[in-house]
Amino acid sequence: MLKAAETILRVTEKENISIVQAILRLSSADTGVSEAEIREKMHGRLLAIFESVEDAAANTEPLKFGQIPELNFGGDALSGEFILYASKTAIQVSKHNATMGRVVAAPTAGSCGILPGIFSAWKTLRAGEDWEEQLTDALIVAGAIGEVIAKRATLAGAEGGCQAECGAASAMGSAALAFIRGGSCETCLHAAALTIKSLLGLACDPVGGIVECPCIKRNGMLVANAILAADLALAGVRSLIPLDEVIDTMKEIGQMLPPAIRETSLGGLAQTPSGIALTKKLHEGE
Amino acid sequence: MALWDIVGPVMIGPSSSHTAGAARIGLLTKMLWGKPVKKAELYLRGSFLDTGRGHGTDKALIAGLLGMRPDDKQLKNSFAIAKESGLDFAFYGEKVIGAHPNSVRIVIEGDGQSLETVCYSVGGGLILLHKLNGARLDISCDLPTLIVSAEDKVGTISAITGYLNNCNVNIATMKVSRESRGGSVTMTIELDSEPDDLLLSERILSLHPAIKSVRLLKGVL
Repeated sequence: MLKAAETILRVTEKENISIVQAILRLSSADTGVSEAEIREKMHGRLLAIFESVEDAAANTEPLKFGQIPELNFGGDALSGEFILYASKTAIQVSKHNATMGRVVAAPTAGSCGILPGIFSAWKTLRAGEDWEEQLTDALIVAGAIGEVIAKRATLAGAEGGCQAECGAASAMGSAALAFIRGGSCETCLHAAALTIKSLLGLACDPVGGIVECPCIKRNGMLVANAILAADLALAGVRSLIPLDEVIDTMKEIGQMLPPAIRETSLGGLAQTPSGIALTKKLHEGE
Repeated sequence: MALWDIVGPVMIGPSSSHTAGAARIGLLTKMLWGKPVKKAELYLRGSFLDTGRGHGTDKALIAGLLGMRPDDKQLKNSFAIAKESGLDFAFYGEKVIGAHPNSVRIVIEGDGQSLETVCYSVGGGLILLHKLNGARLDISCDLPTLIVSAEDKVGTISAITGYLNNCNVNIATMKVSRESRGGSVTMTIELDSEPDDLLLSERILSLHPAIKSVRLLKGVL
């Protein structure tokens, strides 16, 4: 398994290859699967992601906690078009997950809206004809960041809070975006680091123990962190703390989080007066 | 975990542990039963019991017993499909001290036979077959796995491994444990590849008189 983002960087520098080539080389050496087959698998994942986006857009099933309105931001919205598109899609896919739709856990089901939101926005608003190959490469970059997080820290809300799920997905998406926009390997790592730094300490406190509140909207919000971090990194902003150390910090902070806000629903939003009332209604309805 | 595990699995939501993992558990149990499931009793424990309803754990388990994979779009309709297919099922809760928080005991009956599995959903959609008909196995079921029960006699292990060698199949992991000296032995042998031989289980069964039963479990991914 990829143990350090630093390793990827060193390989790109030593072999004078791109971040994608470095990741494929490392992954192939690690798993024994050929680079071509790895690309093929990731391409399959990309298509599954876009299928989930399509299915999600057509999904009208109600959530247990009520309907989210059809999102029309109007021409005066403050956020840019890219963020809004990504957010809307992320919410749809996350909602689709909550109503037992088919999704790609990227890296988890709880955070499954973030990468689709970001990738969908790119495909629709920016990409050219080569989007399929380009986004397959981007997904490989995203996967590698996720793999380092899984190895150094965790991807489970029960262990690391929402930092580990939505935080990880957001960092993965940020690195992917920096890559697609032509950023160097270093820039991609900075984008991921900046993203995680903005989300350290994020609690996992699902109301009623189900993956709806605040999960769905967290998916919708955290695309913004990813997108902005990519823009910042591409504009030359550097994370003073390297990505591997930021990930280690995320792990540490996760361990410091009280179990009540680590996917137990015993604290945080789940235990607000409103959260408790919603939970009661949920159980009565079952 | 490789790149395609991080971006993956493709699954029915909402939860990798409570939905996807549960579906795999159901599917594994069905595969062990080896034929259509007609009657099943499911005993939910821990978090599966407490939050399972909201995560569709019950629907996922039944979907698995019907043979659906964890990414089957029909998973959410499993109860109705079960009714149409003649699968009779009932859910219960049970408290077991020391049980994994996401675990379930499934009892299947039919044609005068029965099967019991205890499985854990350990996260990320991964599962562990903890017990099979009371025997403790603790296998992950990612790889094709031979489950052998035998009497504790000299030559049983080498007969099996020698045969696998002849089939050119590599052993990934192997666990051998016995209840008592000279008593019954359980072997779980994880294989790197699925053997070509469709009659493998029968052939291994005939290798040594002390070998009592052989099951080949294909990877449940």
